[in-house]
Amino acid sequence: MHIMEGYLPAAHALAWGVVAAPFVGAGLYSIHKQFQQHPQTKLLMGASGAFAFVLSSLKLPSLTGSCSHPTGTGLGAILFGPSPMAVLGLIVLLFQALLLAHGGLTTLGANTFSMAVAGPWVAYAVFKSLRMLVKSLAVPTFLAATLGNLATYMVTALQLALAFPDARSGYAGALVKFLGIFAVTQVPLAVSEGLLTVVVMNFLVSHSRSELASLDSLRRG
Amino acid sequence: MRRTNLILLTLVVLLAVVPLFLATRHGGSFSGADSQAQELIDQTHPEYKPWFHAIWTPPSKEIESLLFALQAAIGAGVLGYYMGLKRGKAAAARARQDEPGGTEGR
Repeated sequence: MHIMEGYLPAAHALAWGVVAAPFVGAGLYSIHKQFQQHPQTKLLMGASGAFAFVLSSLKLPSLTGSCSHPTGTGLGAILFGPSPMAVLGLIVLLFQALLLAHGGLTTLGANTFSMAVAGPWVAYAVFKSLRMLVKSLAVPTFLAATLGNLATYMVTALQLALAFPDARSGYAGALVKFLGIFAVTQVPLAVSEGLLTVVVMNFLVSHSRSELASLDSLRRG
Repeated sequence: MRRTNLILLTLVVLLAVVPLFLATRHGGSFSGADSQAQELIDQTHPEYKPWFHAIWTPPSKEIESLLFALQAAIGAGVLGYYMGLKRGKAAAARARQDEPGGTEGR
């Protein structure tokens, strides 16, 4: 989902930056509020960021014969709501843009929007709505993380299609082409991300009961 | 919890290993999806010139993999610290409970 440095026209790069910025601002505020109200969850927030750090560094092989990576932003979105992930995801993307030449500064806005905003919000929405319907914690967690990951890659495909419409088939044709690269490859990896998120959630349920109890987003309803 | 997690982790490993065998047979090169998207743009929009280049690029594949490994290590380190701390605390609380007359771990 990393759009490479310089691979978005300046107007698009700027526009996505403008769209993503308020989410990052809101994220900083919500982290500050979370730390003030529930200081005992600081370490868990750090662990959620660390989860995104590990997962987004793992380029995994997929059935299509190409490689891609999970994002790890679903876990934090489920635990703390989607807002803080804008900040944690941005930190991951900055690390990769500056040290790995993976992604870039001009595409940071677009990449932040797909990985640190769209993915977490989809994950959160899926989790919240399923949590009301089913009693289990594992099923909503799995689907939230899986669909959040897929959403990130679909947004990337959309961003690229908007910037590079196909000469003959236009925006729709370009979207199909970019989805062909990202979406199919991503399905098994999104499932992996869902499974790993459930693994961590299972651990938290048995070892971090008091922290989980203080998190509003886990409550049913 | 431990059994479920073992099964889930095994599934994750299978999801990564099976494609290696299946797709290699069908000529998969396992290049990155991100760079495939970049190649598609170069093909369909040859007139597009990236207008900004990475300020710093790892000088070699080795340095790049070093930094990727560093990213994973930082993340795994923090996550492992958290999990170890939690396990240790839970074990200590159980031990205190088991002591004759001790209930402070509750």
